[in-house]
Amino acid sequence: MKLPAPKVARWIDDRLGASQFARTALNKIFPDHWSFMVGEIAMYAFAVLVLTGIYLTFFFEASTREVVYNGVYAPLRGQTMSAAYRSGLDLSFQVRAGLVMRQVHHWAALVFIGAIIVHLCRVFFTGAFRRPREINWIVGVTLLLLAIANGFFGYSLLDDLLSGTGLRVAYSIALSIPIGGEWLAFLFFGGEFPASATIPRFFVLHVMILPALIIGLLSAHLAILWHQKHTQFPGPGRTERNIEGSRLWPTYAIKSVGLFLLVAAVLTALGGLAQINPIWLYGPFKPATVSAGSQPDWYVGWLDGALRLMPPWEIRAFGHTVPNPFFPGVLLPGLTSGGLYAWPFLEPRFTKDRGPHNLLNRPRDVPVRTAIGAAALAFYTLLFLAGGNDILAVQFHVAPESITNTFRVLVIVLPVIVFLVTRKLCRDLRRGDSHPMQRPVGSRVRRTATGGYDEVDPDGQAPAVPDRDRA
Amino acid sequence: MPGGTQPGEKRIAAALIVSTLGALGLAVVYVRGGQPQLEGALLGVSFGGLGVGLILWAKYLLPGTPVVGDRETLGSSPDERAAFEASFERGELALERRTFLSRLLMGAVGALGLALLFPIRSLGPSPGRTLQTTAWAPGKRLMREDGSLVRVGDLEVGGIVTAFPEDRPDAADSQIVAVRVDPDQIRPRPGREDWSPDGHVAYSKICTHVGCPVGLYRQTTHSLLCPCHQSTFDVLDGARPIFGPATRSLPQLPLMVVENGVLAARRDFTEPVGPGYWNRG
Repeated sequence: MKLPAPKVARWIDDRLGASQFARTALNKIFPDHWSFMVGEIAMYAFAVLVLTGIYLTFFFEASTREVVYNGVYAPLRGQTMSAAYRSGLDLSFQVRAGLVMRQVHHWAALVFIGAIIVHLCRVFFTGAFRRPREINWIVGVTLLLLAIANGFFGYSLLDDLLSGTGLRVAYSIALSIPIGGEWLAFLFFGGEFPASATIPRFFVLHVMILPALIIGLLSAHLAILWHQKHTQFPGPGRTERNIEGSRLWPTYAIKSVGLFLLVAAVLTALGGLAQINPIWLYGPFKPATVSAGSQPDWYVGWLDGALRLMPPWEIRAFGHTVPNPFFPGVLLPGLTSGGLYAWPFLEPRFTKDRGPHNLLNRPRDVPVRTAIGAAALAFYTLLFLAGGNDILAVQFHVAPESITNTFRVLVIVLPVIVFLVTRKLCRDLRRGDSHPMQRPVGSRVRRTATGGYDEVDPDGQAPAVPDRDRA
Repeated sequence: MPGGTQPGEKRIAAALIVSTLGALGLAVVYVRGGQPQLEGALLGVSFGGLGVGLILWAKYLLPGTPVVGDRETLGSSPDERAAFEASFERGELALERRTFLSRLLMGAVGALGLALLFPIRSLGPSPGRTLQTTAWAPGKRLMREDGSLVRVGDLEVGGIVTAFPEDRPDAADSQIVAVRVDPDQIRPRPGREDWSPDGHVAYSKICTHVGCPVGLYRQTTHSLLCPCHQSTFDVLDGARPIFGPATRSLPQLPLMVVENGVLAARRDFTEPVGPGYWNRG
């Protein structure tokens, strides 16, 4: 036995009997496909978030107490601001390595949610959510929603002018909920906006409650994945009953640790070299002030775009109002998350396919699903772009009104076109294509004795399948 | 380099050396006072070197041939399920025997659950009439954020000022914009004819869409624009929404002139300010 500390290992095994489990774990097989790394990128970005976040809590003061700034950043000296905003400035300018930690944390949040969404697309377009993996799809969608919420809470803490604007919009959206909206907004934000209780409360949510939920659900996500094993793409020798890939120990573990380090490398380099959320330029939050070009972090952009595109309609009847922001701010995200949760149960209703699947679809193999996914991506991308309609207006020298009106049409029309085009493309590809993953394509070439080259008849030869180590 | 025969070994060594140099560089930068760009870049180099080193190690020096393993069926066998059901029912029967007590138990748990909801009420004040009223009252004078009062003549035609009720600059729901326009151009709504002395019209600064401060005044079109979602309001026509998602006019504050030409409110707004809600009507 060449374990690093055989005595320690034996001591643990005597008490836990862990050898059997540990051996199975070391021999566990993980498929080698790049698209399976995206979820890992999300997980590793989360690890960076936790590590940098713990560091930041040692310096951040979650308080709206009014103070006068007297720090090193000259343009704001003498200004009245909240203690939260001042601690953000001090962290950025006076704590050595503080700004890097703050910026790495912010970049990690942006990458975390981005990687979750790409991972979700991978799982959706390849049908990895199908039986038996519906439960893990639900866990994953919940993780996405928690990640978005926690990102929003996080950048709302600094009490700068931009985050104050975001809080105000969130408060008004809560207020718009029929029947209980006023109570909900007052209880959640601690009173009428701007309430001094909001930031300390969001701090607890941001650093304790939501991270605890995310860690719990992430653990469940991994445990279920571990138990059910990965899906795999179809290929020679791959069936519904087996799995092909690298063993966890050593190949996969070393590669995966390498991936973590590369994620950390990109995030730290971004945190040092690419400025993000420069709160000192926005200034402290003041209720009567707002700047043009107020865009939220990217993952909230689609909601802001929906608020901007919504025509001026609302329902007023029987002495009550269902205000305009309810539709883009509550109904749309409700339908979006509801649709995501329901998808693994909706699809079998139409396809009648309720059997278990361990082999993945290629997107073209399921034209309608792929077309619906592409149309949805077009819809949310347009909403995201509409969230920058003022920026687009300035950049292209067009009136913001015409940009908004154009988007109002596009957001309806373009997803339909994308659906039809994608479905046709998938069907044509499926028809015209020889399915390279299910049988080898190309041909073998043989050098003859005279120095010429012959093509070997592919049907006359055994296909080139790598030697396998039957585990 | 000892042994360097294996392919890739030199590259792995180079990556690990770069990583080490990055870490040492980071320490030097920190000790010498810190510099955010260098810190981030060196962290990136250090993590990146390690990562590249490990991935090359896996690529060149670790077994790369794919292995195949079996999948077990996930569902349990009928026997296992039956055994589970039997175990569960054995316990269930023992509980069900005491029908009366188990109903009482459920009742007690339900009542406790309900009682535990009440502390949620402490999280915030009751909305009450907070959303319907502001700090404006008859005779309250208009004060800028710097504490100075707004007088007739301070504003040219086309000028704009943000104001609060005197002594209440903290009342965020009471912020207004006062704009001076040509008095002949105003088309006052019925009953509002005397609300704008000398062409001074005042509106709530809180957008009726989602509450951003309506801070941009387009003098040529006499419109107020909310920079958040581009709701646009016609100043001459009672701040009626003319573009964007806002559905309601900005509430108008009735103005009058008091001693020394200072502008003041005749009374509070006649309708709730800010974004809509269920009981707004």
